[in-house]
Amino acid sequence: MDISWYLALSAVLFTIGVLGVLLRRNAIIILMSVELMLNAVNLTLVAFSQALGDVAGQVLVFFAISVAAAEAAIGLAIVIAIFRGKLTVDVTQINLFKY
Amino acid sequence: MIAQFLFFLLAIVAVTAALGMLLSRNPVTSALWLILNLFCIAGLYLTLHAQFIAVIQVLVYAGAIMVLFLFVIMLLNLAALPAFRQVDLRRGVAFVLVMGVLAELAYITAMAAGVLPEPVPPEQAAQTGYAAEIAKELFTRYALPFEMVGVLLLAATIGAVMFAKRRFV
Repeated sequence: MDISWYLALSAVLFTIGVLGVLLRRNAIIILMSVELMLNAVNLTLVAFSQALGDVAGQVLVFFAISVAAAEAAIGLAIVIAIFRGKLTVDVTQINLFKY
Repeated sequence: MIAQFLFFLLAIVAVTAALGMLLSRNPVTSALWLILNLFCIAGLYLTLHAQFIAVIQVLVYAGAIMVLFLFVIMLLNLAALPAFRQVDLRRGVAFVLVMGVLAELAYITAMAAGVLPEPVPPEQAAQTGYAAEIAKELFTRYALPFEMVGVLLLAATIGAVMFAKRRFV
């Protein structure tokens, strides 16, 4: 299987993730779209790691997954903290930096 | 032959699941679509002979992280769901075109600079997927980053607890 197919699939998934961040207003779905983008990049890293015979790409995927876990924990904690005050997760309603 | 069939099957399901995540109204449905997508990507890792990463993907991503997401979605009261914004189609076309031109530009620049790497034969490449190979690299060359990830996860845990206890807005 040629590596370019994996890169094309990764590009499609990354674009869907970007569209999710740009179009959706639910903060949790925006976080999930970020996870989708991270996964697309991980797929690229593994494809290159296999094509080049270099294990460093897969080590980088390991680190990316750890950072994604930390990001999800902090992001969801922020969403919960904002929800407790505002009773909404709509990002257009959250205007903390307005003043 | 079988590998190609598997790739296209997994790729189609992965893209469908990603679109389902993007388009579904209910956040719980959205999270379930994303879990399907993560499983498909784990399968794609297996077609790339990256067994260790595939197992980590299912355990950490589809298991731990998505359970966290589902817990938070079910914890919050999402009765009033925000609707879609109006999508401008011309912007979408412009986005795709600009991305294509940028990718071509990056490729040509890399080719002119002579930094494009050379692929190795598949027999040699298949050796990189085993946990032993990754562990060897992780605990020798990447030992310091590995420790730093441990500290990062500890800091994130403490920070998440602090955020959840605090009341602002």
